[in-house]
Amino acid sequence: MASVAHTLGDGAVVARRNLIKIKRVPELLLWTTMSPIMFVLLFGYIFGSAIVLQGTTYREFLIAGIFAQTVVFGATFTGAGMAEDMQKGIIDRFRSLPMARSAVLVGRTASDIAYNSISLVVMSLTGLLIGWSISTNALEALGGYLLLLFFAYAVSWVMAYVGMLVSSPEAINNASFMVIFPMTFIANTFVPIDNFPSVLKTVAEWNPVSTLAQAVREAFGNTDPSMYNTDAWSLHNPIVYTLIWIVILLVIFIPLSVRQYQKTAARSK
Amino acid sequence: MTDMIRTSGLVKRYGDVTALDGLDLAVPKGTILGLLGPNGAGKTTAVRILTTLLEPDAGVAEVAGIDVHAHPDKVRERIGLSGQNAAVDEHLTGFENLDMVGRLYHLGKTKSRERARELLDQFELDEAGDRPAKTYSGGMRRRLDLAAALVASPEVLFLDEPTTGLDPRSRINMWNAIRSLVDGGATLLLTTQYMEEADQLADDIVVIDHGRKIAHGTADQLKTQLGGERIEIVVDELGHLEVTQSILGELCIGDVQVNRQSRKLTAAVTGGAGILQEALRRIDATNVTLLDVGLRRPTLDDVFLTLTGHVAEEKPDEGTNGELVEVPEEFKEEEVV
Repeated sequence: MASVAHTLGDGAVVARRNLIKIKRVPELLLWTTMSPIMFVLLFGYIFGSAIVLQGTTYREFLIAGIFAQTVVFGATFTGAGMAEDMQKGIIDRFRSLPMARSAVLVGRTASDIAYNSISLVVMSLTGLLIGWSISTNALEALGGYLLLLFFAYAVSWVMAYVGMLVSSPEAINNASFMVIFPMTFIANTFVPIDNFPSVLKTVAEWNPVSTLAQAVREAFGNTDPSMYNTDAWSLHNPIVYTLIWIVILLVIFIPLSVRQYQKTAARSK
Repeated sequence: MTDMIRTSGLVKRYGDVTALDGLDLAVPKGTILGLLGPNGAGKTTAVRILTTLLEPDAGVAEVAGIDVHAHPDKVRERIGLSGQNAAVDEHLTGFENLDMVGRLYHLGKTKSRERARELLDQFELDEAGDRPAKTYSGGMRRRLDLAAALVASPEVLFLDEPTTGLDPRSRINMWNAIRSLVDGGATLLLTTQYMEEADQLADDIVVIDHGRKIAHGTADQLKTQLGGERIEIVVDELGHLEVTQSILGELCIGDVQVNRQSRKLTAAVTGGAGILQEALRRIDATNVTLLDVGLRRPTLDDVFLTLTGHVAEEKPDEGTNGELVEVPEEFKEEEVV
């Protein structure tokens, strides 16, 4: 049995390989960072002109939502990366080496934490420029960032699995768009959910993207009284509820992905 | 002698297609087995099973005495694989590729780096070692891929068509590299669709077609098994092909092969030099001038043609066009006369 240290060591080698690609193809990083900036500015000024909140400004409310949306979308990179790797000869090299079976996945999901960290930094700086600020302390804020990265990591495993099911890296974008777009919009990410139609409101209340955004707003001190106009337990305990989702996703999708990796790689040519 | 690679009754099906149909192989320690066959013969499938990438439907595969199915991890520690498509990361430099492989073999940081530099030197990639692999030529990528297979100095090596698509010069470099591996004591299974390659490198040759072994022996044995020599004649003008063909046709067994492009005629004969003399006497009586004459033993191409009834490069999807592969003069079959 490969020990945990063995798996992490091999995963680190693969992660390093993925990160070198970011260095060699800087355009990738440019696009990764440009789109969050665009989102912050677009939503901040467009929606911000129409939405008035009581306890906080819209731009403050928006930032946690944009953070949540961006890191969830970031998982698409994991899926595309896996899909690309599975098509290349390099996967045969990896599978013929005495490395841990899950190392390619561990490395891929780990290197995407780096992607997400970079976009969080860029978005935070943009947010500060348009009037967002943290009114709690550094420790709580750090907790918010960690929760974002942790949740993104769990979604990465979902998308890694999807990435191995699709036939080409291009297909992953369509597949993820169909799922991630509604998932990040039927939530309290961009607007308060008070006025949602009843079914959508219930979905939004129990959507982990909502609770992630809620938890991060609390961590940054960007709260608004309207956020609590709900009986849903999830929104009153957003950290616990989000953590539960993270654990569920990891417990399901880590073994599923590792199994799929063995199967898909064996099938390819 | 211990067999470092052994398979018995290996079967693999893909839907209705039977890729391997009960293949038996045995490769003694320190030797090269050439697995020879056209595209789709099952060569790659056999390699993929032996390197733990694929599960067979039936049969047993062993590498270094270890059952591949039961202990794939132990097998992976002992093998090196260089595949048909150079399996290198194009964004990584040559050095980074080899270093990564070393780390994944768990050689440790210092040893991995040393080994990477050593191999770059050995394969004449030291100057290109710090450039991303995507800037490499096809031949350089293949050499890097072969180097990656050697990082852990494995006891058993699998090379799946290591020279397919390479130009003649790169092919000879690759052959030299492969020869030096076995001098170092490794056991090697090499697949190829090039007859010359098996002839040049392999101690033992297994010819497969449709997943089945159709012949087995050393290059000499295979040639002897099929008997007879080949008369090869090159005439001066296209117009002289026909008359020469009919003269040879009277003397040879089977059909005379004519290559119009090189104005070359090839005919299988028994009776050696005497028959050649007779042929030359008859041609002399005509106005045909000969540019080249030779009597040679059959090449593996001839062997394959005789065994399977079709030429080796049956499906020309890899840049080959049904023509025999051009090989530099010094690697051609030595002529008997």
